[in-house]
Amino acid sequence: MSHAWTLTLFRLRLAMRNRAFLIFGIIIPLAFLFLFCAVFARGGGPAVAYVLASVLAMSVMGSFWGLSQQLVMFRESGILRRFRLAPLGPGTMLISSIFSNLILMVPGIAAEIAVARWMLHMDRVGNLLSVFVLSGLGAVTFATLGLVVASVANSMMETQVINQLLWLSFILLSGVAIPLPSLPGWLQEVALFLPATYLVTGLERALILKVPLSQLGAELASLGGSALLAFFVCQQIFRWEPEEKVPRQAKLWVAAALIPFLLLGVWESSRGGRLAEARSILRNTFNERPAQRDASPPR
Amino acid sequence: MSEAIVQVRDLTKRYGDVEALRGVSFEIAEGEVFGLLGPNGAGKTSTIEILEGMRRADGGTARVSGLDPQTGGAAFKRSVGAVLQSTSLPDKLRVDESLTLFAKLYGARVDRGALLRRFGLEEKRHAFYGKLSGGQKQRLAIALALVHEPRVVFLDEPTAGLDPQIRREIYDIIEELRREKKTVLLTTHYIEEAERLCDRVAIIDHGNLIALGTPRELKQRSAGTTRIEVALSKPMDTGDLRSLEGVTDCRDVDGRTVLHSTRPPQTIVALVKHLENSNNELQSLEIAAPSLEDVFIELTGRRLRE
Repeated sequence: MSHAWTLTLFRLRLAMRNRAFLIFGIIIPLAFLFLFCAVFARGGGPAVAYVLASVLAMSVMGSFWGLSQQLVMFRESGILRRFRLAPLGPGTMLISSIFSNLILMVPGIAAEIAVARWMLHMDRVGNLLSVFVLSGLGAVTFATLGLVVASVANSMMETQVINQLLWLSFILLSGVAIPLPSLPGWLQEVALFLPATYLVTGLERALILKVPLSQLGAELASLGGSALLAFFVCQQIFRWEPEEKVPRQAKLWVAAALIPFLLLGVWESSRGGRLAEARSILRNTFNERPAQRDASPPR
Repeated sequence: MSEAIVQVRDLTKRYGDVEALRGVSFEIAEGEVFGLLGPNGAGKTSTIEILEGMRRADGGTARVSGLDPQTGGAAFKRSVGAVLQSTSLPDKLRVDESLTLFAKLYGARVDRGALLRRFGLEEKRHAFYGKLSGGQKQRLAIALALVHEPRVVFLDEPTAGLDPQIRREIYDIIEELRREKKTVLLTTHYIEEAERLCDRVAIIDHGNLIALGTPRELKQRSAGTTRIEVALSKPMDTGDLRSLEGVTDCRDVDGRTVLHSTRPPQTIVALVKHLENSNNELQSLEIAAPSLEDVFIELTGRRLRE
């Protein structure tokens, strides 16, 4: 564990020296928050909390991009080879990526909440413990999924293609860019199979309905289960060398990692409660808005 | 020779259709500087990377400090230090930070100042890795390989691509390692490096170990002969030249003709006469004592850096 901590500090130091961390971790999410609030939540109120949930989810899911690209870059430039000589295994490398990402995400999340509360006049702060735990667990989950992508992809180009596909599906289907209830019925059902949906709906519930951790079991189980499974998979398929190919058996592990999402999706779909609650949150949030505010939901 | 600290037996390695190693065997004694000399693609890097635990052999056995590189775990990794042929560090990592980082990973206490002084990096201690020159990066790579005081040091083409001045600096570092009684295995395709630095040299070609011995022993294959290298205006049958006075061997190498002679003056006179009779011209002529390059040419008919 001490090696993981040593590497975590090393990664934190590198990140603090990288302007991309400031730009993508703090400035861009805040810009999105201001932009969305200016369009959909002028004058503050509960709509700010709704927009904040989407922006927080987007920031958390951003872990996915950064870590997958960093791992592939480290592998392609031979940095991983150098670390391979030291007495540490793939698990240590992966844990340090996830830890450092989690730590780096905290200031961004705190800044977004503070800006929403004090600059954009959000009328509620929700259950902050739930918000931070969901954000943290979400960051771990999406970071781990990013590491799976990096372990499967053979080049930076391939990583970017896979990331784009997954990112777009997460953003468009989970309720980040388009409110879940605004999607066609069959797409709402599809969204229930994505871990991103549980992050977004969980953050909406925590921020708007002040739902405590004890009532976020499905969200925590979904994100936690995904993180554990994805971590196990990326440990199995981790590659130190660019020329090492992913064994066919490893690709089966990736396929196996999707099984819990299928089961959870089937369960949520048959229960129907999540989609109904998402509709209720959207309706109530925008009905509660003061008269001078625009009534159209965020898109 | 003291007990072997590196043992390699019948090592084989294949990449698809390419047989990179075809049963290589050798041993390295503790404190010895051992060179693997051969052209690009000969199997040097495959051999050293199997010994570093970076690659898995298809057949044969490898032991370093009595440990299998694949199963030796942390004990194996702590007993070896390595400079890889292609490796890197993050551009935004400072020189002194990289030493501290790797020392911590090995659980070693390191006197950073002493290490930086030893490798001439004191002035660059706060410099980012990305701002270092090629020579400084290589010196840092060697410093990192030694940060945990390993018993065995692997250097894979440590001077490849470096200018002569930096190369000499690296030679000095390797000679210092010899004085410290470190066991060093280095791969190279530079003859002078192998001759100057290595106690023993294994010549490797097409995955086969074709000669093994001290540089002096190897050169004795060509003992008593002088190397005469000539460029001719027209190609000539080497069979005819072999019959010239004093010639023991004659080969075409890279468009030049290399003769080995026990009586150089007589050979040169006979050569000039022969060229006149054949309506050929001598464009250049070089005479030298035989080197490991000649041994390689004798064994393979090719130059090392073809």
